[in-house]
Amino acid sequence: MLEMTYSQAINAALREEMRRDGTVYILGEDVGVFGGCFGVTVGLIDEFGAQRVMDTPISETAIMGSAVGAAAAGLRPVPEIMFVDFMAVCLDEFFNQAAKMRYMFGGKARVPVTLRTVCGAGVGAAAQHSQSLEAWFTHMPGVKVVMPSTPADAKGLLAASIRDDNPVIFIEHKVLYGLSGPVPEGEYTIPLGKADIKRPGGDVTVVATSMMLHKALAAAQTLAGEGIEAEVIDPRTLSPLDKDTILESVAKTGRLVVVHEAVKTGGFGGEIAAIVAEEGFDYLDAPIKRVGAPFTPVPFSPPLEAAYIPDENKIIAAVKELL
Amino acid sequence: MALTKEEMMEMYQRMLLIREFEDSVANVFSQGQIPGFVHLYVGEEAVAVGVCSNLSDQDYIASTHRGHGHGIARGASVDKMMAEIFGKIDGYCKGKGGSMHIADVELGFLGANGIVGAGLPLAAGAAFANKYLNNNGVAVCFFGDAASNRATFHEALNLSSIWKLPVVFVCENNMYGISMSQERHQNITDVADRATAYGIPGLTVDGNDLMAVYEASSEAVKRARAGEGPTLIECKTYRHRGHFEGDACVYRSEDELNQWKKKCPIKRFAARLLEMGLAGQDELDKINEQVKEQIKSALEFARQSPLPDITELTKDVYCD
Ligand SMILES: Cc1ncc(C[n+]2csc(CCOP(=O)(O)OP(=O)(O)O)c2C)c(N)n1
Repeated sequence: MLEMTYSQAINAALREEMRRDGTVYILGEDVGVFGGCFGVTVGLIDEFGAQRVMDTPISETAIMGSAVGAAAAGLRPVPEIMFVDFMAVCLDEFFNQAAKMRYMFGGKARVPVTLRTVCGAGVGAAAQHSQSLEAWFTHMPGVKVVMPSTPADAKGLLAASIRDDNPVIFIEHKVLYGLSGPVPEGEYTIPLGKADIKRPGGDVTVVATSMMLHKALAAAQTLAGEGIEAEVIDPRTLSPLDKDTILESVAKTGRLVVVHEAVKTGGFGGEIAAIVAEEGFDYLDAPIKRVGAPFTPVPFSPPLEAAYIPDENKIIAAVKELL
Repeated sequence: MALTKEEMMEMYQRMLLIREFEDSVANVFSQGQIPGFVHLYVGEEAVAVGVCSNLSDQDYIASTHRGHGHGIARGASVDKMMAEIFGKIDGYCKGKGGSMHIADVELGFLGANGIVGAGLPLAAGAAFANKYLNNNGVAVCFFGDAASNRATFHEALNLSSIWKLPVVFVCENNMYGISMSQERHQNITDVADRATAYGIPGLTVDGNDLMAVYEASSEAVKRARAGEGPTLIECKTYRHRGHFEGDACVYRSEDELNQWKKKCPIKRFAARLLEMGLAGQDELDKINEQVKEQIKSALEFARQSPLPDITELTKDVYCD
């Protein structure tokens, strides 16, 4: 095992995939000379040159659209959209083109685009640079949605995403970039659509994504001190979703809390809750609880932003309401 | 259209006020006193002041992520702006927006903006509203050279052209979009050339020459008010600071920066005032001191203002 940050792990996956496959290339704003707005692509232009690590103008429509066209024509583009919020300016290219092409063309196209982008609050970036919009993308058949929470997952899932023949949106969290953790040596992939039990437990199932996984683990630690064992599951990919791992866990614990940083209303937690209500109703000993952000844009001021982001205490409170 | 001495002195004061505001924000940011990202306007003061000096109450401006200068040039209170940057309740947006979203619709300030290029169609819309309401108002949109590569630029210019909207598009060409120099992000030297494609006038001016900016925008505003439609003005200028505070600026040379610092728009205008005999050095020094005091008290105001109460979190999502 190596010790690496989340950011370094993503950089390593990009480097290895580019070495392995000459059709993989990166494009985006400031990804080359500057090394990426969050430093994730640093050094790649030195190894692969400006032909494969392309600094683009501020033209998200062209970044996304050209990546989709190039993918259909045989390349494996890895475009970066600096913040997931900016996806709003190139949604047609993603939703109506990338997501639909294979189906509309009668199964005769491949669109292996891996769109890397960044979500999340916590750095005072305010309402247009802090959103968690994954639910938008999970509502779109034809697209895979990946949200890694640890360096090891980030590396393996990104390699798998780049090798996947479908459009994938790979959503990183800006607060996680500096997080260090063990990463296996050498190349490896983690299959898309496979959840991971980050902490086993028998009393309650907590499903948590991205940054919230870490809050859920901290909450589980505190709860363990009080004799409550939470099983913490990171779905890792939201689409396709590994519902079996979640249902098996709920069958064991009888209780479910779903946690995400996105606004609770219309959030992906509703989907997980609905699946368990439909397919695992008999396992449940208590109602399902969702923990998410309030129905409001992300505020700038530090105390408001802190109140916005779901924290450990809210997770603990939700668990306790079920017991 | 000769400007009076008072008007010229006020323009000088505004530019200094922006410079002092930005220098103070850089300072408190480096001390970790304010959260988030800040993008400073140092070096580009002549653009905001030159353009906004032509505006009146019913007019609107739309701004960028680098919006402090535009706000001050439009007449915003430096107290409330500073409080907003500190995330305090007395800020323009109750601390909910921060540096990148300072706005005051009552003042005709449609906001700084976190989305590059978002202001262009917004300004077209404000211009349309003014035309519709027949109030003789115009709208101005500030945006960067790099923003002119976004679809919104092209769509907004075209729409404004066919609808003959009273709008002025002001490109602040500071030669970079984050790390991308203009020659790397577009194959033209003058963004103003793009006006041709939309059948509107386009002109390039020295953005560090306050009078050149003032005169060009004065013409454009007149055209707009007369119902003759939009104008694209490109102001060639330079940002002295990095793209954001904390930017190591690996993409540009120290030498280039120093060359531009010599072309500082404020020093240049001061020299002109002295040369024209409109002011003595002592007068300019006095303005400088007053401005420093004003910003000191803005910082004080911002520090004294309370943080918003948690109950603010879910307020203002909808109209009551
Ligand atoms: C749609 C969108 N894409 C990218 C960004 C990230 N970004 C913020 S400022 C900036 C550069 C803007 O350059 P320019 O328009 O020339 O203005 P300047 O910063 O030079 O004033 C970029 C890429 C953004 N905020 N919005």
